[in-house]
Amino acid sequence: MSGTHAHTVAYVRDTMLPEQAPPASEVGPIGWMRHNLFSTWVNTGMTLLAVAAIYYVLAGVLPWIFQSVWNADSLTECREIMMETWGSTHGHACWGVIKERWLQLLFGFYPPHLYWRPILALVLLLAALSPVLFSDRVSSKMLILTAAYPFLMPFLMWGGTIWGPLSAALGFVIGYLIIKHGSEKLGELGAMIAGVVAAVIWWFVLAGPVTDALSSALPIGIEAVQSRQFGGFMLAIMLGVVAIGVSLPIGVVLALGRQSDLIIVKYICVGFIEFVRGVPLITLLFVASLLLNIFLPPGTNFDIILRVMIMMTLFSAAYMAEVIRGGLAALPRGQYEGADSLGLNYWQAQRLIIMPQALKISIPGIVSTFIGIFKDTTLVSIIGLFDVIGLASAIRADTAWNGIYWELFAFIAALFFVVCFSMSRYSMYLERRLKTDHR
Amino acid sequence: MSELMTDRAIDRSKMQVSDKVAIEITNMNKWYGSFHVLRDINLTVNQGERIVIAGPSGSGKSTLIRCLNALEEHQQGKIVVDGTELSNDLKNIDKIRSEVGMVFQHFNLFPHLTILENCTLAPIWVRKTPKKEAEERAMHFLEKVKIPEQAHKYPGMLSGGQQQRVAIARSLCMMPRIMLFDEPTSALDPEMIKEVLDTMIELAEEGMTMLCVTHEMGFARQVANRVIFMDAGQIVEQNEPEEFFNNPKSDRTKLFLSQILGH
Repeated sequence: MSGTHAHTVAYVRDTMLPEQAPPASEVGPIGWMRHNLFSTWVNTGMTLLAVAAIYYVLAGVLPWIFQSVWNADSLTECREIMMETWGSTHGHACWGVIKERWLQLLFGFYPPHLYWRPILALVLLLAALSPVLFSDRVSSKMLILTAAYPFLMPFLMWGGTIWGPLSAALGFVIGYLIIKHGSEKLGELGAMIAGVVAAVIWWFVLAGPVTDALSSALPIGIEAVQSRQFGGFMLAIMLGVVAIGVSLPIGVVLALGRQSDLIIVKYICVGFIEFVRGVPLITLLFVASLLLNIFLPPGTNFDIILRVMIMMTLFSAAYMAEVIRGGLAALPRGQYEGADSLGLNYWQAQRLIIMPQALKISIPGIVSTFIGIFKDTTLVSIIGLFDVIGLASAIRADTAWNGIYWELFAFIAALFFVVCFSMSRYSMYLERRLKTDHR
Repeated sequence: MSELMTDRAIDRSKMQVSDKVAIEITNMNKWYGSFHVLRDINLTVNQGERIVIAGPSGSGKSTLIRCLNALEEHQQGKIVVDGTELSNDLKNIDKIRSEVGMVFQHFNLFPHLTILENCTLAPIWVRKTPKKEAEERAMHFLEKVKIPEQAHKYPGMLSGGQQQRVAIARSLCMMPRIMLFDEPTSALDPEMIKEVLDTMIELAEEGMTMLCVTHEMGFARQVANRVIFMDAGQIVEQNEPEEFFNNPKSDRTKLFLSQILGH
């Protein structure tokens, strides 16, 4: 055999083939449709079925949304208008309720002449987030606003004396100065502990009397708003932003603690994570609203919204810790060894090498947790706070709007969808931006 | 295994072994759980020595050099690196690690940082070198390993050989006195092995103290001044390369050499 093949096996190409354009049926919209919609008989059948289903849904929903009543003061009036115009009350939305109550759904019982304050807080929130979310496009000088925002936001929302937020901020300054300048005398760990202890003493012992003294001496401030006046979508955003912003750093610490060689630290973290994850959020919220008052000394005024914020933060931090632990586990051992072999210490290695990669891997999980906790803020309606869901029930209890469901919940769903979808899109953008391999 | 891996004459003018001790290991033992991986290791390395450690897989050669910068902990015996004893004191460990460069089989570059950032990170954070100076030094070493044009790319965009040369440059940026190589060419395609070995030869020509775990016997023959053969966690034989390859003494060494040089 080999003998007969000898003259065909040896082969030398003397001209290289030029590149040719693909056939017209393979590219452009026609090519795309052939490949994706009509590639086989089964695929064609599925495509037609899907088109029919989409048509059926839209044919029901679009007229409901657009052939609707905006100018009505009650559900009865709405129905009268519908009967006059279309001869039926079925399949038409009554947006009159949203037109009448949308400010209440957004702001709760916040005093209307002070609406500028939550709006300003929201604008400042976006500005404070911009250097964090878009670090490649926004100047890092904006980070000053980001650092100030945790103190600005409560001042704007609750009002009152300016000395409260300032003295809270002073606690951080005291702690920071001790940690920065005390490390020579006390060592790094000693300075860290001393700084935290000093800040805690300031907040719980000294800050109260000092604030009272300053505000009676120099009463600078704006009109105060009580926590029970807070509500609506504004409350969801407040709770969501705090829980999201604070749970990420706590989650990082818990995840590192869970991997720590220090056995006590490790089991404290494991215990916390497993306990919080093993309990429904709603029980934690009931603890915040009812039980905490029993344990606190009588006369302590511990704000209900603050209590709920703490519980939601801790709840989300436990989930966050597990998501980040997943990211840590996905990093090859070599990254730790590479960092070690260069002489980086534990915190440098974590901050510069491990965490940036672990967080990047965990972005989808982190954002899922964010979206989850943001939607869970609606649970506060059960403990008597008037968030959007609570307000929707209150509006339906009004005789004018008794019996209206779809329009309210569609509006609420749209509010949440806008925020959650933005978070989801941002996470995809961030993943693309941080992608450094296979480019 | 390629016998002759470089086509140029090696400049031996600076390859001189000083009588100063760089590393001293006395009666060192290490266990993984109850498995005795390193048994009674005694080894003295002088400054300027180029040592190749060879042996079958599982013989403990990687573990040995990983003990030298405390990536692995030893349980008995004494290791003194550049005058500092390796103990549990974290300060000593960090000091030794910043003096001893290490190159890994799988490069261990940081994929989220550019090549330049990979090289400047440790000088800036560990040595507190000003950023500009660290970048200049990084570019100097990237030129030395012949990839300055890749400085602003990410590791994932480079070939294996290029990544390994970056890893060498990254170690050199810390101005180490001793370099450890843990099978630096084992994960590379044959075409890329040569470029990495050439870089290592240049380092040797400048008088760097080097300990290399490698299967590149051509490199051992041409560059090393001492070859150490390990098996079952022990140093079985050590000798000058000429003697080691042409006239091995122990039966275990003879068997090993016949297996890796036989084809």
